[in-house]
Amino acid sequence: MVKVYEREKLGLSGIEGPIVFVKGVKGIGYGEMVEVIGFDTKFRRGTVLEVSDDLAAIQVFEGTTGLSLNQTRVRFIGTPLQIPVSMDMLGRVFNYLGEPLDGGPEVISRDIRDVNGLPLAPTAREYPRDFIETGISAIDGMNTLIRGQKLPIFSGAGLPHNELAVQIARQARVPDDDEEFAIVFAAMGVKHDIAEFFQRSLTESGAISKSVLFINLADDPPIERLVTPKSALTVAEFLAFEKGMHVLVILIDMTNYAEALREIASSKGELPSRKGYPGYLYSDFASIYERAGRIIGRPGSITQIPILTMPNDDMTHPVPDMTGYITEGQIVLSRELNHKGIYPAIDLLSSLSRLMKDAIGWGYTRSDHPNLASQLYAAYSHVQYVRSLASVIGQDGLSEIDRKYLRFGDAFEDRFVRQGMYENRSLEETLNLAWRILSILPPSELHRLSLEEIKEYYGDSK
Amino acid sequence: MSFMDINGIIENINGPIVRGKDMHNVSMMELIYVGEERLMGEVIRLKDDKAVIQVYEDTVGIKPGAPLYATGYSTSVRLGPGLIGEIFDGVQRPLIRLAETQGAFLKRGGQLAPLDEGKEWEVHIRVRPGDEVSGGQIIAVTQETLVIEHRIMVPPELSGTIVHVEPSGTFKVNDVIAVLKTRRGEEIPLTMTHDWPVRVPRPHKIRLTPSTPLVTGQRVIDTFFPIPKGGTAAIPGGFGTGKTRTQHQLAKWSDADIIVYVGCGERGNEMTEVLVDFPKLEDPKSGHSLMERTLLIANTSNMPVAAREVCIYTGITIAEYYRDMGYDVAVMADSTSRWAEALREISGRLEELPAEEGFPPYLATRLAQFYERAGRVKTNNDSVGSLTIVGAVSPPGGDFSEPVTQHTKRFVRAFWALDKELANARHYPAINWMESYSEYIRDLEEWFEENVNSEWNKMRDAIFKILSEEERYREIAQLVGEEALPDEQRLILQTAELIKIGFLQQNALDPIDTYCSIYKQFRMMEIIFDFYKNAQRIIAKGAPIVKIISIDSLNEVRRMKNTLSNDEIDKLDALQDGLLKDLSQLEEEYREELDHGQGL
Repeated sequence: MVKVYEREKLGLSGIEGPIVFVKGVKGIGYGEMVEVIGFDTKFRRGTVLEVSDDLAAIQVFEGTTGLSLNQTRVRFIGTPLQIPVSMDMLGRVFNYLGEPLDGGPEVISRDIRDVNGLPLAPTAREYPRDFIETGISAIDGMNTLIRGQKLPIFSGAGLPHNELAVQIARQARVPDDDEEFAIVFAAMGVKHDIAEFFQRSLTESGAISKSVLFINLADDPPIERLVTPKSALTVAEFLAFEKGMHVLVILIDMTNYAEALREIASSKGELPSRKGYPGYLYSDFASIYERAGRIIGRPGSITQIPILTMPNDDMTHPVPDMTGYITEGQIVLSRELNHKGIYPAIDLLSSLSRLMKDAIGWGYTRSDHPNLASQLYAAYSHVQYVRSLASVIGQDGLSEIDRKYLRFGDAFEDRFVRQGMYENRSLEETLNLAWRILSILPPSELHRLSLEEIKEYYGDSK
Repeated sequence: MSFMDINGIIENINGPIVRGKDMHNVSMMELIYVGEERLMGEVIRLKDDKAVIQVYEDTVGIKPGAPLYATGYSTSVRLGPGLIGEIFDGVQRPLIRLAETQGAFLKRGGQLAPLDEGKEWEVHIRVRPGDEVSGGQIIAVTQETLVIEHRIMVPPELSGTIVHVEPSGTFKVNDVIAVLKTRRGEEIPLTMTHDWPVRVPRPHKIRLTPSTPLVTGQRVIDTFFPIPKGGTAAIPGGFGTGKTRTQHQLAKWSDADIIVYVGCGERGNEMTEVLVDFPKLEDPKSGHSLMERTLLIANTSNMPVAAREVCIYTGITIAEYYRDMGYDVAVMADSTSRWAEALREISGRLEELPAEEGFPPYLATRLAQFYERAGRVKTNNDSVGSLTIVGAVSPPGGDFSEPVTQHTKRFVRAFWALDKELANARHYPAINWMESYSEYIRDLEEWFEENVNSEWNKMRDAIFKILSEEERYREIAQLVGEEALPDEQRLILQTAELIKIGFLQQNALDPIDTYCSIYKQFRMMEIIFDFYKNAQRIIAKGAPIVKIISIDSLNEVRRMKNTLSNDEIDKLDALQDGLLKDLSQLEEEYREELDHGQGL
């Protein structure tokens, strides 16, 4: 393929970390894509970060190692960062910019898109209401996932977030619906074996032929990490909003992404905000997370499950904090439950699904679902109080009713939260199980359930 | 000053900040169109012939050397009939019509008139030739929605004599309906619209003391931490504590005439939710759809950051405009933290010296200027209008010691602190009653006594006292166990529990509980206090607490919030009678036991 470059420049005026400076080129657009070719003839990509009359600052993706000031050529392409999109991408593995990593052929498509996408007008959004059954009780019963939602998993090093993500990808389905689905998987700065785990799991479950994988490994240049989720979402938008597929996007690990953002920001000499992260961390996250959703009048959807590891299990760290402010809830994993040997170790009290309220209950799932979930939360939170009380005064000092709460709490964790990695519970099973466990408590404690609901389901073991 | 004049060229671009040179005769805050694409921007710094412009749209692809067009006016909003029911972006582009012409994704540089210029309005002229008029005076009215009469006013800076009027009839917004002759003899045609710069507060005659509560139908707010029409309140809370839910509840149920909901840097789906929900909900006051009184400003988190900074002002200016017509307007700003972060981001790109946590030193000044635009006023047409501001704050890590929360506290008088623990237990609204406050309580006492019940304040204080005592006994109970406490103290704990479950918790999703009339709130307090008072006496007579808390009617008390609607006051009476009967029966038992000398 012969390309004609009108604007090419030999020689740089400076290099600082991943950023190079070019002098004396006119007519460069802010944010446009460039190609940087060093003496080593290695081909690198970059984008324009800041541009003045005759000086441009360019961030180089593949790193600046090996570049010299006078023997580097810079070509200005004239468009922002783009990738090709096509149905042929299903079943394939790519790098951050859509180039094959699986030894297969390059993607040929006339459809080439700006990876940054465009903001979706709130007036064009369809409010998400379709319940996705994941087969996992702690999610379906109490933090329901909805088609078009962005629901992250807040995890920590050593917790089973990968297994949980894979289980969701394997089991997720919308009852009474056989529309086409796809999985777009973006790995950012993950270890080789983790990337392989996902690839293998998708292959085993047979979902690989409907998956597109974008892999940026831990030892790849950090700056490429910033493009990986954007490329993945560009393909996801194509599959969802043009091909009508229901796309589940798994982004792992957003903490690595944020670290890369911080690294680049400080090498640009920007003023840091909390913990050294740039002040625009929120806006940058939003430009990724807000690409989930549905559009009025179009069949497909993008559901996002970003995974992040909380440094030191700290939920107030800027990465989980800013994520929680943008996403529609969060699934939090608990080290304590994990130590108790409970998989999926979901810390229910800190978890939340914001969209669940409009997609469960009468006409959606089962009419008792909203009050039941609310009651489980209320009771389980009282369990925490009773447990701390018991640790001070001993179980014998507890009132009769509080001892029942302790029994409820243990049964709830052991039978409701705990389940097997291949155990797929229907929503009906989940709700009935919840009622059975809740019936450890006397009906007079169940303030959040209506009398009719108690009458119909209490103590029932159907 | 013509629209098409090139007033400079671009020298440098860094994200939303564009530096221009050869810029003569531009002023601070002047609206500038940037590049051939004519992106909207605003002058934020001037030096010699150079200007710094913050651009409200994505600047990718913009090149140095491209032209800058000055407009001669500041970033303004277009005011006139047709605002209500609309959803605008931060620079007042109408998003519904924009999506119709552009498609689902927002492209930049799209220009569309904020008001539908083709729509015809039935206008009644209220002035005659020869009338002396001044800024703010009403010259005509038109029915904007089923519930709002739009009062067309003389633009604030104009005054003079009406020399010509059109007869009442059908007009479009840009049609001339009257002609005004100023004292200098200049004849100015008046249409149904005028522009107003967003950063300048609209004038009014005098400020009045706010003395009427904004009734929100949310018990914890109305009863314990009320806010008047014309007051200011902040809702701070970490993620997941229910800021947006509370804001939505206020927007739905508070008894303002008009609601301006500003979604500043928040989720797109939340704005969609308002757009889907509100038209279906009925305003308890008018009986019509809530959309008949609501307008939305949406600058969601994925839209450009500079427009996020301005969207707060766009919202407040429109709100002031309706206040000037004599309406009670409430602005919900969700979230002011995102606005402060936009300030920080732009300040950072300007390389200004930061104060706390990277925020610019003028953060407090800007917050003050914003909240001071609230108030109850006598307008320039001698009507009384009010503007209430409720601002959500999103402190990083839920830590209230951060700058935005702390500075906001200085400029608001009601503070509704959301609590992570309460939210985790799904106690909604998760407003922490110990940390929250309202400085307006005393200002509003009189209104509650006159309009609800003369016992209102006494009852409120009594209930609140139980909650604050509970705090103390709860600590002891955590050390020794509840059963080790004397029964009087356990009664406090039990009553506090009853207040939490039966009164403070309010289910926004329950059709009855979502809105609780002020009268029902009072009756509920009364019933709970009746229980406490009587139980106290019975305990003194020797009845054990376990017996008292197991009376049947207590279950009904816990559920009265969602079993009995606002109209079923007679059933509340019956419930109260039942409770008192159960209690006196119990008392009777212990009187007998006392008589038989087994009282202890």
